[in-house]
Amino acid sequence: MKFNDTVWGAVLLAFAGTLLWYVQRFPSIPGQQVGPVVMPSALAVGLGVCGLILFVKGLRARGADAAPWVSLPPWFASPPQVVGFAVLVGVNLLYLLAVDKLGFVIVGVIYLSALMWVLRVRPSRALPIALVMTLMIHYCFYKLLKVPLPWGLLQPVAW
Amino acid sequence: MSPAWLQAFQMVFEPYTILVMLGASVFGLFVGAVPGLTATMATALLVPVTFFMAPIPAIAAMVTATAMAIFSGDIPGCLLRMPGTPASAAYTDEAYAMTRKGLAEVALGAGLVFSCVGGLFGTAVLMVAAPTLAEFALKFSSFEYFWLVLMGLTCAVFISSDKPLKGLVTLFLGLLIAGVGLNNPAAYARFTFGNAELLGGIGLVPLMIGAFAVSEIIRYVVDTAPEALIVEAKVGNVFKGMWALAVKYPVQILRGSVLGTIVGALPGAGADIAAWMSYAMSKKFSKEPEKFGTGHVEGIVESGSANNSALAGAWIPALVFGIPGDSITAIVIGVLYMKNMNPGPTLFTTNPQNIYAVYLLFIIANLIMLPLGYLCIKVAKRILKVPRDVLMPVILLFCVVGAFAINNTAFDIGIMLVAGLFAYLLEENGFPITPLILGVVLGGMLEENLVSSLIKSDGNLLAFFGRPIAATLGAVTFAIWLWPLARQLLRRRAAAPPVPS
Repeated sequence: MKFNDTVWGAVLLAFAGTLLWYVQRFPSIPGQQVGPVVMPSALAVGLGVCGLILFVKGLRARGADAAPWVSLPPWFASPPQVVGFAVLVGVNLLYLLAVDKLGFVIVGVIYLSALMWVLRVRPSRALPIALVMTLMIHYCFYKLLKVPLPWGLLQPVAW
Repeated sequence: MSPAWLQAFQMVFEPYTILVMLGASVFGLFVGAVPGLTATMATALLVPVTFFMAPIPAIAAMVTATAMAIFSGDIPGCLLRMPGTPASAAYTDEAYAMTRKGLAEVALGAGLVFSCVGGLFGTAVLMVAAPTLAEFALKFSSFEYFWLVLMGLTCAVFISSDKPLKGLVTLFLGLLIAGVGLNNPAAYARFTFGNAELLGGIGLVPLMIGAFAVSEIIRYVVDTAPEALIVEAKVGNVFKGMWALAVKYPVQILRGSVLGTIVGALPGAGADIAAWMSYAMSKKFSKEPEKFGTGHVEGIVESGSANNSALAGAWIPALVFGIPGDSITAIVIGVLYMKNMNPGPTLFTTNPQNIYAVYLLFIIANLIMLPLGYLCIKVAKRILKVPRDVLMPVILLFCVVGAFAINNTAFDIGIMLVAGLFAYLLEENGFPITPLILGVVLGGMLEENLVSSLIKSDGNLLAFFGRPIAATLGAVTFAIWLWPLARQLLRRRAAAPPVPS
């Protein structure tokens, strides 16, 4: 998704302003003039200046050849890619929300097969691959590297 | 031989380290040869695994994997007209044109042999320059460090992209991200909004995995370009004729290696920029510039050595000052901190064996590149046929688990995802990512040195120019800042009609 420089400039300006206002509440080091407020303030000013330049640049360019405020990437018109993107975000949200309840192995298989499905891998191939790869990642991290991946539903048969 | 060198040899030639290097070689060659997977991504994916290793094997894995990946990025460039890593993009068209002329063997051989030469050259410079600089840097105070970091960040903005303004924006954002949490001069919880997970700051590793691996996978999933076709090229003995090339183009090899090392050592610019610059330079100084682009090996020789020498060059500022020379060493520095091998000049005096071990690792990695790279070229067609539709999901799940593994918290997975989406959005809009990462890595150091300098000098800004080296560094930094403005003014003056006298 592409935004015009003017849009970026305006967003940055607003962000920098909010930031500058917000950081003023940071306390100073007792007995010193400088403290944790110095850097963020300087950065807010820097971002504001950049935002302003981008804003003006964008406005000037608008006069010559009007770039749209927002332009969608070409893949937005292509359903498989849109579904792909949605599934990519979806499986990760699923992972975050469900991995403790369902366990890594179950979520991992769903995760991989869903992603392979949107990338047009045949289900008869995707499912076994998803299972094998999930078990392999599980073995590497859980057994070899001792990372506590959750078991979830499979807790009774944990190996 | 000094005891430190002996110790370094022992650490490097331990069976475990050698095994790790072999594994990392195969991994690096594979990642480099698959288009869409980059050397930086290889490093980011290695972090969760190296997290569980001793320091030297961990460094060995990263050095070897990146060297191999930068070489093997040439392979798909040659056979698919698709660079395996961005560092090969500069001469992909040239290599493909050679393949079309039936010279795939020469193109791949030149890529392999001169990658090794360039890598060894960069290592030699690293071995000479790093200790010298370190001795010098021991005398640095917070003023010098402040300027050094600022200069590094400035270089990252002005060299690594053609859009300094947008680079500046991402740099500021990176510095801001570095400021999250308690890690600041007053240990005040900044930007945590009551979230306990944010007190420790935003994790560098999940951030890097997100910015360099997840964003790449997003790009693959939404990519609408059709699958590239592999050219059926006969590849025999790739080493044939390489000696003749070395004799024919000694100046080009040297020039590429020198330029590569320098570009690598400059913060923010790495192997990819080194390759572009030296390819352009090769064409400019060539006796037969008209042959460039038609399948001429000269540019491949020069930029092939440049991109591998840049890898070693990037370690010079990384080891001596803790300032990464490219995005790969930005990750490496994070790992060094995790391993209690904090980069800086004292690393050279207190633990010289570790530094010597790094030198040795570089030499070995570049030498074993020859046989392993040869084998990789032999099986290249099979690697290129690896179904990426299966590979990408697996890498993404690996990223998720890897981000989780560092602190065993789901919060880091969230950071990784947000970083991936954000990096994708920024790059779509022409904002470069490298300055952001450098900002995150160097933000703490910049603030610490700025605030302690301000306290020392009682707020007197002139003190920042009070010491000779600090003054010089400051002047250079300002010069880089003002250079684009000055250039614009000069151009305008040149373009203006002469004033009648």
